[in-house]
Amino acid sequence: MSFESAGYQLLPVLPELVLALGAMALLMIGAYRGQQTTGLVTGLAVCLLVVVGALELWLPAGKLTTFNGSFIVDDFARFLKILALIGSAATLILSTEFLADPSRRIFEYAILVLLSTLGMMVLISAGDLIMLYLGLELMSLALYVVAASNRDNAKSTEAGLKYFVLGALSSGMLLYGASLVYGFTGTVSFAGIAAAAKTGSIGIVFGLVFLLAGLCFKVSAVPFHMWTPDVYEGAPTPVTAFFASAPKVAALAVFTRVTLTAFPGIVSQWQQIVVFVAIASMVLGSFAAIGQKNIKRLMAYSSIGHMGFALVGLAAGTAEGAQGVLVYIAIYVAMTLGTFSVILTMKRNGKHVENISDFAGLSRTNPLLAFFFAMLLFSLAGIPPLAGFFAKFYVFVAAIKAGLFTLAVVGVLASVVGAFYYLTIIKVMYFDEPLARLDPMRMELRTVLAAAGLFNIFFFVYPGPLVSVATAAAKSLF
Amino acid sequence: MTTWPILSVVTFLPVVGALLVYISRGDDEAARRNSRWIALWTTLITFAVSLILVWRFDPTQPDFQFVEKAPWLANAITYHMGVDGISLPFVILTAALMPFCILASWKSITLRVREYMMAFLLLETLMIGTFSALDLVLFYLFFEGGLIPMFLIIGVWGGPRRVYASFKFFLYTLLGSVLMLLAIMALYWNAGTTDIPTLMHTAVPRSLQTWAWLAFFASFAVKMPMWPVHTWLPDAHVEAPTAGSVILAAILLKMGGYGFLRFSLPMFPMASHDFAPLIFSLSTIAIIYTSLVALMQEDIKKLIAYSSVAHMGFVTMGIFAGTTQGVAGGVFQMISHGIVSGALFLCVGIVYDRLHTREIAAYGGLVNRMPLYALVFMVFTMANVGLPGTSGFVGEFMTLIGTFKVSIPTATFATTGVILSAAYALWLYRKVVFGALVKPSLATIKDLTFREGLLLVPLVVLTILFGVYPKPVLDMSAASVQQLVDNYGHAVTATKAAALLQ
Repeated sequence: MSFESAGYQLLPVLPELVLALGAMALLMIGAYRGQQTTGLVTGLAVCLLVVVGALELWLPAGKLTTFNGSFIVDDFARFLKILALIGSAATLILSTEFLADPSRRIFEYAILVLLSTLGMMVLISAGDLIMLYLGLELMSLALYVVAASNRDNAKSTEAGLKYFVLGALSSGMLLYGASLVYGFTGTVSFAGIAAAAKTGSIGIVFGLVFLLAGLCFKVSAVPFHMWTPDVYEGAPTPVTAFFASAPKVAALAVFTRVTLTAFPGIVSQWQQIVVFVAIASMVLGSFAAIGQKNIKRLMAYSSIGHMGFALVGLAAGTAEGAQGVLVYIAIYVAMTLGTFSVILTMKRNGKHVENISDFAGLSRTNPLLAFFFAMLLFSLAGIPPLAGFFAKFYVFVAAIKAGLFTLAVVGVLASVVGAFYYLTIIKVMYFDEPLARLDPMRMELRTVLAAAGLFNIFFFVYPGPLVSVATAAAKSLF
Repeated sequence: MTTWPILSVVTFLPVVGALLVYISRGDDEAARRNSRWIALWTTLITFAVSLILVWRFDPTQPDFQFVEKAPWLANAITYHMGVDGISLPFVILTAALMPFCILASWKSITLRVREYMMAFLLLETLMIGTFSALDLVLFYLFFEGGLIPMFLIIGVWGGPRRVYASFKFFLYTLLGSVLMLLAIMALYWNAGTTDIPTLMHTAVPRSLQTWAWLAFFASFAVKMPMWPVHTWLPDAHVEAPTAGSVILAAILLKMGGYGFLRFSLPMFPMASHDFAPLIFSLSTIAIIYTSLVALMQEDIKKLIAYSSVAHMGFVTMGIFAGTTQGVAGGVFQMISHGIVSGALFLCVGIVYDRLHTREIAAYGGLVNRMPLYALVFMVFTMANVGLPGTSGFVGEFMTLIGTFKVSIPTATFATTGVILSAAYALWLYRKVVFGALVKPSLATIKDLTFREGLLLVPLVVLTILFGVYPKPVLDMSAASVQQLVDNYGHAVTATKAAALLQ
């Protein structure tokens, strides 16, 4: 193998290499200079993520593969990688305050987020089951640690442990499924599986079920959602914001890629599973959130519901469906980041407050914040003309075309139930008597909220770019 | 013809006004006054610009005019606006009533005036947009978007049970509409476009017609509201501030009727024909049952709310009769009801501002202290009853004639509603206005102020004018209504002939 061909082989993974080496370098800085470098390391980590994103866009267009097809860079991967990078970078920005506390100066936090992001990028580009598992574990291991990063807090530690135990279980299921699929097809590459799995023999279907069970755990879809509320509530709020954004992108990406490229021959087999999971997630996400008092727990159920809606697009099993999933996840990330920047602002006299009742009268003490938050909530509920409506529009349009009428009807009815609990928060903010003022909003939170909020409100004016990029990305899977 | 997009200007001018209100910061008295004046001028200018539409409108043309088209969502979904003889009256009605709403809130709203005015201006944009959108997705955007400001108006500035009422309003309407959204998507895949004029000339398969008709019906029946899904309306009306009730009764309810005219009849003629008996039954039940319920009410606003449901029953009945008189009468009845019910809610608001109660029992003998008010209130009560010479008569009469041609039992039962409406309206009037003025709380009540007079006089004039000379409204919509009825008739007879041949 000549040097040139080796260089060419590594070109598609260049962004990942830069990210990995950068993370190592930052680790060295932190290790040698001590915990006072936390701020510096975090800042450099954000810059690194930006550079990686730029590199990803700079790569030659079209479909690039390397490592014998186990690593794929196509429009689909580019779209989702950029989204995951945005999610990670925004999380690091949102974490500034959390890390500024002298008792929590942990520079490893940023490194772990970077490594987890690296895992996500590998996961998004995975072209075979080995790469999939590699990326998934790299992502998850780092996530287990950040969940417990508030070391002195029992809840945070509990969240980390719970996440780890359940995550390990789901990885086991996924591995079992992967080995079954390998056993019955004789290959681990998605393209090879697709060629071998033209008919759904019982062994492949068995493996598929386990594989999907593992993936459902990662996207926190019902019935593998149990960990979500506890981990969301227990983990430090910036970490919750992270869990709700970037890893969801990666998990949904691999879910989409595995089902559409590895099992296109047995759509009817996995479609039933996805339809069931989508319905269960939407319904549970809507009903279970109604009784919640804690905003982070509520957001956990909300994210379960939203994953259900995104899977509606996947259930269609068509290019329109994949496009719907991509539009959905992009808008979902924006809405989630905006929402969490509001939740992070919820501080009174220097102490974080997390109950929904703490929002009382926000529209009078802080009208602009309340307005943005209300628009985000209406958007999460899917009310036009906000971005969340278009997200739901594209997935349901695909489901209707695929003839999944029951799924669509249950879905929209669940969205009406879901609207109720979002309205409850708006009611608390707008109709109730105000409580004491919140502490002033920090600059970085304002920036994230403004970006997410404006995107959310004005998306309808010019939705063309995102939609056409998503269309191109979805086409690259077929 | 000019090139400036006049319809978009009318639609989005209120947003500009809302931005101006937002810029005028501060929460002192001066800021409040500013936002009131900005809102008033915005609505007045919008109304003035909308009159240009009337002036340039060619009533002999049945097709869409002032059409604007621009690419919007990546594929076949475009920004397409335009009005015809059916939608233009509603656009004008909306633009004309908004200044009244702002004026009605002049004194009674003192809390968070800026937000209030912004909500109303945004609502105006969404309402006008609903009536002038010529793309289904765009229509849905405006139609549903209106929920957000209305939810806040009821919830923030409403009465004691405002939270319950606003939630009920929001969720009821949303539940109906999401099913319509699915039908819109099904139509999109059927025809490859969501363009309304194109869809009107696209034959929809029979089974899809049935399902889509039911889905659209779910949305519009809630909005209209038809019995038995009308229960959100009395709650919303009672709790909303005066101007909110006016908008609700005068404009938002009309979106249901407009939807039936714009979508159900032209796009699903066979399903409309099949389901007409259902509509007739629901309408007659609405007319008789809600009139009886109105007789039992103790709250003035609730009584008028129930009477609105009854009057909307005439509209649905007329529309689905599918005759020229029925449809034209339905349009006229909606416009007339918009003016009359709006005015009635303003009248209630005027005494509510003085006494802060809507209990019928708290009033009596107002004529002694408020002769002008008694006169104005009488005009609107008579129009509500449908007395000849008022606009209420024309609409009811035309819808009844139109229905007689199709279904004699329906029209017969519906006619009893006219008697019942006289019963409850006159009973209300006697209890509130006549009798001896004995209640001490009423002893010092004042008659109409200049501002209130200014509010009500134009509405009195319009009510009587359209009562004796309904031609302007009828002429405006005649060509479009005729085309609608002809197409509907052709579609139904063609299918029947095909069924006979087989």
